[in-house]
Amino acid sequence: MNIVVLVKQVPDSGADRSLRSDDNTVDRGSANNVINEMDEYAIEEALRIKEAHGGEVTVLTMGPEKAAESIRKALSMGPDKAVHVLDDALHGSCAVATSKVLAAALGQLGADLVLCGAESTDGRVQVMPHMLAERLGIAALTGARKLTVDGTNLTVERQTEEGYEVVAASTPAVVSVWDTINEVRYPSFKGIMAAKKKPVQTLSLADLGVSADEVGTAGATSAVVEHRRRPPRSGGERFADDGTGGVKLVEFLATEKFV
Amino acid sequence: MAEVLVVVEATREFGVKKVTLELLTLARDLGTPSAVVLGGPGAAAQLGEKLGEYGAEKIYAAEHEEIDGYLVAPKATVLAELVRRVQPAAVLLPSSQEGKEIAARLAVKLDNGVLTDVVGLAADGTATQVAFAGSTIVTSKVTRGLPLVTLRPNSVTPSAAPATPAVEQLDVVLGEADKLARVTDRVAEQKGSRPELTEASVVVSGGRGVGNADNFKLVEELADLLGGAVGASRAAVDSGFYPHQFQVGQTGKTVSPQLYVALGISGAIQHRAGMQTSKTIIAVDKDPEAPIFELADFGVVGDLFKVVPQAAEEIRKRK
Repeated sequence: MNIVVLVKQVPDSGADRSLRSDDNTVDRGSANNVINEMDEYAIEEALRIKEAHGGEVTVLTMGPEKAAESIRKALSMGPDKAVHVLDDALHGSCAVATSKVLAAALGQLGADLVLCGAESTDGRVQVMPHMLAERLGIAALTGARKLTVDGTNLTVERQTEEGYEVVAASTPAVVSVWDTINEVRYPSFKGIMAAKKKPVQTLSLADLGVSADEVGTAGATSAVVEHRRRPPRSGGERFADDGTGGVKLVEFLATEKFV
Repeated sequence: MAEVLVVVEATREFGVKKVTLELLTLARDLGTPSAVVLGGPGAAAQLGEKLGEYGAEKIYAAEHEEIDGYLVAPKATVLAELVRRVQPAAVLLPSSQEGKEIAARLAVKLDNGVLTDVVGLAADGTATQVAFAGSTIVTSKVTRGLPLVTLRPNSVTPSAAPATPAVEQLDVVLGEADKLARVTDRVAEQKGSRPELTEASVVVSGGRGVGNADNFKLVEELADLLGGAVGASRAAVDSGFYPHQFQVGQTGKTVSPQLYVALGISGAIQHRAGMQTSKTIIAVDKDPEAPIFELADFGVVGDLFKVVPQAAEEIRKRK
């Protein structure tokens, strides 16, 4: 099975993040950039499918030059090769334009199965899998906590508010996964060394046949008008329990009219 | 005034969800609200009264077993057809997983911008979003097409504005591409009585400090006494104390209730990302250095196994 995993480099969600003051895009320059955590589960799932059924795993990333670090990190887990969509004109692309570019790349790669994280930690928008499925005319099985592959048949358990849905489709398909789907492996020393030699192909917009005015800030379908820091919360009253903590807590609830 | 389409989210058990009422309330600032019900046969019948009560002047009902039988794509196809026909002033959806997914497909079909997790929307279509774990407030606009917006639950106070909606049945014409992801089963895992996590006005969450799955009964008891939903930190979910769909935080749900009670949760940034826009926050934890106390309006440093039962007892006394 030819599996492509979408990997996004994002600012570390454990550190301070911000938007740039000049063009309101995500500040990737000063931030510590990492693989979007949920994507690691997609990589892991791809490797498990390859181990069980054979095939090839390709990492696909769209991002600036420094995204190459995340591509090597992803390859160190075990995928065979990577494609980096890299073009200065992509800076500031909205989700709609991003889906156009990724769909073009996926079209060239001819994937049977596209795996990705259910959301990224920077935008948390969750729209990409269905945008890609819509463009490619293939199935989208999203929010999977379990994926079963049987030949060309795919079945997922899709997490819902009330429980889960069982959703079935045939390949080709896009499947997005939550972090409940598996336990991610750590790259081995051997894997880290091997990743340095794995092929990474760079594709420009011209290579994909996408025009520069359809993407980036110029082609964006939505725009940030302004942004500001939310004032941080300040802690209120703190009470060291002396045996009346529960009562004190309820007294506070009562003054706030919750009981 | 131009029509504003509101995509209805409802459950069999509770009917129209609160976020739908928030959307109808919001839609009245932008134009004339029309509710769009997308579901299986008979989906709209039980919902009309509530939708009218909150100002829906019209109800578009697309009821077909194929809408329920396949994931998301049929709903987007029917909605896109309706948008092309009525040319609404805006399309509003709930910022649930499915709401965002319908919006995603609609954005591609119409080559239209989309804004998700919006917490406020002005009459001119300018949206407010909260980004980066609640640290940044962003105002944004759709710059191509109509305002296509998904609203985070608990962003607007629903207010009634009774109307008598006319019901129009929509034709459901689907293509092969809409029928690729077949829903073969729906399994309920949750007992019905508690409010849904993202919509609840009170959320009581437990973390690693709760210790084990059995002890979560304590968290549930307090939640039930306060009429709230139960949440869990990632540490608690990863340790198997509570199911993943109740996880609050960066890789789980974002909640913004009137009251958030954190029990045995240290307050790592991962967790704060999902709850720090809550109106009032209460924390109980044994570690006085726990970062959760930096957010809490009221904190008790102590043993939650003493503090919580005592609080539960005190609430019962007052009832």
